[in-house]
Amino acid sequence: MTALLIIIVVALLGITFWQLSKIFKLSKPIDSNDTQIADNKDNQNQGKIFLAFIVFLYGLMIYSFWNLSKFYLPEASSEHGSEYDQLFFISLAIIMFVQVITQFLLHWFSYKYRGKEGRKALFYADNDKLEFIWTIIPVIVLSGLIIYGLFGWSEIMNVEETDDTLVIEIYAYQFDWRARYSGEDGTLGEANVRLIEGVNQLGLNENDPYSQDDIIVNELHLPKDRPVLFKFRSQDVLHSAYFPFFRSQMNVVPGMVTQFGFTPTTTSKEIRNSEYMIDKVKRINEIRKNDDNVSGDDKTYEFEYYLLCNKICGTSHYNMQMKIVVETEEEYQKWISEQQTFKELTAQN
Amino acid sequence: MSVAAQTLANDHSHDDGHHHEQTFIEKYIFSTDHKMIAKQYLITGLIMGFIGISMSLLMRLQLAWPNESFWIYEFLLGRFGKDGVMDPSIYLALSTIHGTIMVFYVLTAGLSGTFSNLLIPLQIGARDMASGFLNMVSYWLFFISSVIIVSSFFVESGPASAGWTVYPPLSALPQAIGGSGLGMTLWLVAITIFIASSLLGSLNYIVTVLNLRTEGMSMTRLPLTIWAFFVTAIIGVVSFPVLLSAGLLLLMDRSFGTSFFLSDIYIQGEVLSYQGGSPVLYEHLFWFLGHPEVYIVLLPALGITSQVIATNSRKPIFGYRAMIASILAIAFLSTVVWGHHMFVSGMNPFLGSVFTFTTLLIAIPSGVKAFNYITTLWKGNLQMNPGMLFSIGLVSTFITGGLTGIILGDSTLDINVHDTYFVIAHFHLVMGISALYGLFAGVYHWFPKMFGRMMNKNLGYVHFWITAVGAYGIFFPMHFIGMAGLPRRYYKFTEFPYFDDLADTNVLISVFAFITAAGQLFFVYNFVSSIFYGKKATRNPWRSNTLEWTTPVEHIHGNWPGEIPKVYRWPYDYSKRNNEDTDYVIPGQDYIPQNVPLRENEEELNH
Repeated sequence: MTALLIIIVVALLGITFWQLSKIFKLSKPIDSNDTQIADNKDNQNQGKIFLAFIVFLYGLMIYSFWNLSKFYLPEASSEHGSEYDQLFFISLAIIMFVQVITQFLLHWFSYKYRGKEGRKALFYADNDKLEFIWTIIPVIVLSGLIIYGLFGWSEIMNVEETDDTLVIEIYAYQFDWRARYSGEDGTLGEANVRLIEGVNQLGLNENDPYSQDDIIVNELHLPKDRPVLFKFRSQDVLHSAYFPFFRSQMNVVPGMVTQFGFTPTTTSKEIRNSEYMIDKVKRINEIRKNDDNVSGDDKTYEFEYYLLCNKICGTSHYNMQMKIVVETEEEYQKWISEQQTFKELTAQN
Repeated sequence: MSVAAQTLANDHSHDDGHHHEQTFIEKYIFSTDHKMIAKQYLITGLIMGFIGISMSLLMRLQLAWPNESFWIYEFLLGRFGKDGVMDPSIYLALSTIHGTIMVFYVLTAGLSGTFSNLLIPLQIGARDMASGFLNMVSYWLFFISSVIIVSSFFVESGPASAGWTVYPPLSALPQAIGGSGLGMTLWLVAITIFIASSLLGSLNYIVTVLNLRTEGMSMTRLPLTIWAFFVTAIIGVVSFPVLLSAGLLLLMDRSFGTSFFLSDIYIQGEVLSYQGGSPVLYEHLFWFLGHPEVYIVLLPALGITSQVIATNSRKPIFGYRAMIASILAIAFLSTVVWGHHMFVSGMNPFLGSVFTFTTLLIAIPSGVKAFNYITTLWKGNLQMNPGMLFSIGLVSTFITGGLTGIILGDSTLDINVHDTYFVIAHFHLVMGISALYGLFAGVYHWFPKMFGRMMNKNLGYVHFWITAVGAYGIFFPMHFIGMAGLPRRYYKFTEFPYFDDLADTNVLISVFAFITAAGQLFFVYNFVSSIFYGKKATRNPWRSNTLEWTTPVEHIHGNWPGEIPKVYRWPYDYSKRNNEDTDYVIPGQDYIPQNVPLRENEEELNH
């Protein structure tokens, strides 16, 4: 595949240079009649090419939607995510509607009114009615989108902490993530980078009773259908915690705690068995089978949710990820009870 | 005021007959003539463009074939490309410097610097800029700044690598990434000098437009190019100083141990002493320039397009006053929308709502402009000169790129496409490609004015069509990999098997990028050869109304050999009919230059 594409590139470049030399030859001898100003023939030809171009542009759009829209993320795995997707598709539909019409008009006019000897242009300088129309229509449409968007925004961003809410700290550093669960007391212990020492990687205050039962792990487990509130902390530079499958993202800022909340609705198992993911994984495994750079166990890929860093943070920014497991409440309880608490961790060392 | 200026300028013109011969240095290097300075800006900008685009090709090569080695890496990047394998840190440096060069050096200085300098005096009827000396200083500061930013590639620890936005702490701590050492210092020095250059230039443009207009050239008779340059200069004066302050504070954090942007940092086994600063503050300061910067780049391109489209459609620009109003509205709104870059930065969510509101408002004047361009084409007699093709191309990419802004400007939708390739596709189309099209349109259209010769039109056509197909080929599919959640500024995607099936699309995008870049060679050849061997231009090749075409083809100091022409009408009297509707106002000629007095048999418009 790669070799073929390289050949295509080389071939296209070859053709380019061949054409280049041909055009240079054509352009060299300066015809004394040629003013280098578009004449009737140029106007005709270029106008027609505009018509061809709109066909190309529509073709490209159709190709992209037909072949590439499968890349859109699977159905959201969080409660607010489905609303997000709905707003996204409505906006996309409006955009594409405007795009198709305006591009058509632009290119069609370029074709239709291409210069012709004897054609007289219309002196048409102003029309308040038209101006009003294309000011007021965007105003109405955009107002709708703004209001719709703002409802979603305030719902997503104003997370109310209830008894049921699971509070998890996501801790970022160059170039990995840690998750800290609050343990049985449901409260995260105090922490500060100045307290980082030895195994106390997150700088927890050892004298704070709340920190004793905190649980620090490098794999994020979330129970299904329970609201989770993430508190983000970074020890060095800016990072961004991006949960694409949950339509969530928040920057992780050294010196302050940022937050974001969502409720996972689909377990890892469920999404793996969804039609979308079966197709996707099949495609990927097909690719990996034929990829010489992938070997051994990596050949077969199984989907896992992940969290990735989405704010440039240094050399290994491209590989700063953490696995996320969404599971049922029972599975989650079982998992968390098997994890080491901070107290046990420090006692060990 | 303008009458007084007029008298002064007239006095000046009497000197023309007996002024001394210029030396080579006075004429070509330390020139104070706006036309020469414009050429200096253009050529420096184009060279920087060549460097910036080459960097993007290296990145595209890496993204398309992340596991292959290419000798070109070692050849161009030296020890950062050992054995033909690109170092991850140099990838980040490439993306940083590519962004910096394209945004500031090519599209701010190369575009606005060139055409503001060339056109402001010529189109308003002035002998030169208000201060020729400051104008010269402005260019040479820009030149020094260009040399510094390019030289940062030869620094041991590498050039700045924290992204073109250089967010601290990454940009403040050499421990965090190599490029944040001397490379970052050079970046800050270069940008500081650049800001000084930009401010000197902008102040000069504003003063010139306000004070040196010829008799009869009221503000409502200015060509839209001048309106665009004028307002752009104002935005620059308002916002660039804020970037300077951000840069200075960052410099202090880096060198003098202050904590404006840094707090609570533990890096490489050690706690740093910084306490109490906030990176979010830096983001606010940066984007207070960073967003208006988009319009500093875009408005001149739109101004050029207005002029080129009207001239080549042989029609007045539709809705002249609405165009001015939308330029002003965009300028105002551009300074109150910066927060849409920071929806997920950790700032108060309420601010996000406000910025969503202002951001979507800006779509309204932008939409008006797009519709007005389309209506200008309607029932025209389109002269398909290369400048015209690029202007139509600009309207097309401006619409395509602008529309996705509706998604990104909505705080809710931004959450999941923020910092993905969706953003890359959006801003490259709406400000990168559109502004480049504006630059090309300007070069093709005013080349005869700059160099007294014509560019080859057939090469221009080839150049345009390769670019038009290529640019869409690169950036349209890119939206879709963005919607797959593909993050920007990743050296490679192979660490995430989930992205494996996007690889083919990345290859496709890269192939289009190489073809498009190769297409620019037509322009390079055409540009250079036309300077020396192009067909000699006539005085007014495009049959245009504006004053620059009333000057002689050969450049003279002071622009007009005799008196400065007076202005009697707006610049868009194309295809205007006489009162009896029997013919054009001037029989057999479909345009009336601004310096032609009103005729008896024509209707007077409100301009």
